[in-house]
Amino acid sequence: MSYRWDWSVLVSEPYLGWLLAGLGWTLLVAGAAWVLALAVGVTVGVLRTLPNRAARTLGTAYVETFRNIPLLLQLFVWYFVLPELLPAPIGNWIKRELPLPEYWTAVIGLGLFTAARVAEQTRAGIQAIGRGQTLAAAASGLTLAQSYRYILLPIAARNVLPPLTSEFLNVVKNSSLALTIGLLELTGQSRQIESATFHGIEAFTAATLTYVVLTTAVILVLRAVERLVAIPGLMARA
Amino acid sequence: MTISALRKASPIAPASVERPATIEITRISKSYGALEVLNDCSMSIRKGEAVVVCGPSGSGKSTLLKCVNGLETFQSGSIVVDGVSVGDRNTDLTRLRSRIGMVFQHFELYPHLSVLENITLAQVKVLRRSKTEASEKGMTLLRRVGLGDKAGCHPAQLSGGQQQRVAIARALAMDPIAMLFDEPTSALDPEMIKDVLEVMTELARDGMTMMVVTHEMGFARHVADRVVFMDDGRILEDAPSSVFFAQPSTERARIFLSKILRQ
Ligand SMILES: Nc1ncnc2c1ncn2[C@@H]1O[C@H](COP(=O)(O)OP(=O)(O)O)[C@@H](O)[C@H]1O
Ligand SMILES: [Mg+2]
Repeated sequence: MSYRWDWSVLVSEPYLGWLLAGLGWTLLVAGAAWVLALAVGVTVGVLRTLPNRAARTLGTAYVETFRNIPLLLQLFVWYFVLPELLPAPIGNWIKRELPLPEYWTAVIGLGLFTAARVAEQTRAGIQAIGRGQTLAAAASGLTLAQSYRYILLPIAARNVLPPLTSEFLNVVKNSSLALTIGLLELTGQSRQIESATFHGIEAFTAATLTYVVLTTAVILVLRAVERLVAIPGLMARA
Repeated sequence: MTISALRKASPIAPASVERPATIEITRISKSYGALEVLNDCSMSIRKGEAVVVCGPSGSGKSTLLKCVNGLETFQSGSIVVDGVSVGDRNTDLTRLRSRIGMVFQHFELYPHLSVLENITLAQVKVLRRSKTEASEKGMTLLRRVGLGDKAGCHPAQLSGGQQQRVAIARALAMDPIAMLFDEPTSALDPEMIKDVLEVMTELARDGMTMMVVTHEMGFARHVADRVVFMDDGRILEDAPSSVFFAQPSTERARIFLSKILRQ
């Protein structure tokens, strides 16, 4: 088997442009999905720790639903099934007029899936705090909302930074599944290059290295954040 | 002997008998499922009184204390604090709690906040004091408990005894009408217990109304006005401390005392 190596395709037009566009979409999908995952995930995680039973049940139902269905299937459901199930006007609007349907479907699918995992980290981070500080807050007259806002969440945020870092890395990597609904993000673009040039190995290598650089950057930034918010007198987490 | 009989027999100055009860606990009972934790408990603490609650571990002391500020619920009986019924569903519990200070065995300071921020948080968020006013109050109290130089530290940078004194300052910053202590020295090394007890003694001498769960019999004997002895969810004795130590009226209290004083 002889494979004709040619790394120059990676820097020649239009392929370099394709790769950069792919990188751009990967960043846009991962970034927006992460914002959604944090917002929904922290909310659901808090629900699961509240004294109110209905709130806890709702939170648990969310987590179990989104965590137990494969992400790929969830993307298909959002993209192909949901528009058919919604009332016709809304479904048709999604199919015909929603701008960038692949993009928004990927963001919502990936965001809501990741939210279930963020929720579990948040719940664990809050429950690791123990009852004492909650009691102290209540004893001083703080409302439940205030004790979450000023005590539980700031402590939990520090507890969950390391696991959240790896969730964020998962979002970056899972964003590649968006190619299955037609979004040409980084992995999708490298496949395009391979079919156009038959230089798949070079293209996939470039994509791989780009993911490595991206995830390394994420790790470094979040480590710096961890150090920044570390509580004086407590050992920094390994 | 009934509690009222005990009280009549006690050599308390008439002036203090007339003082209104700040904490009035009347026949409260509480159970977790089949486990009866508090059984028909009654006691009262008048304004300016310091009362020690003691008894074997598991006898219900912490539970009784937490019922006073509504951190625990109870199934029957009533608790009235400064005229407000704790168990009443119309009672604004957060407001009532903001007027009662509480100190825990394990301090329970907020680890992510500085010492001063620990003391100002509830002042600002609950009492709506300005940051400046809250900080000034906090610094005054920190100096009072001997920790004026620790305002900028975080709790984990302090010793246990220092943390507990911060916790006391945090509770005092709310200008409480009463203070509840749940074994405030039990988690401390012996050399730190003294500092905390000194602060508490000074508080009692200044006329703070105090309900103190503790095994520090020195504090009970020399500082407390009365001692309440609990066993198995019941209040078995309620007597002026001199009477309690001179001649406890129940066998169980005698056994408890001899055990604890031998240590
Ligand atoms: N949340 C709870 N659920 C069930 N039992 C409890 C709970 N809290 C305390 N208890 C039980 O209530 C009894 C009294 O506890 P506590 O008030 O903490 O005693 P003390 O402070 O005197 O050591 C103990 O038997 C304890 O096991
Ligand atoms: Mg206890």
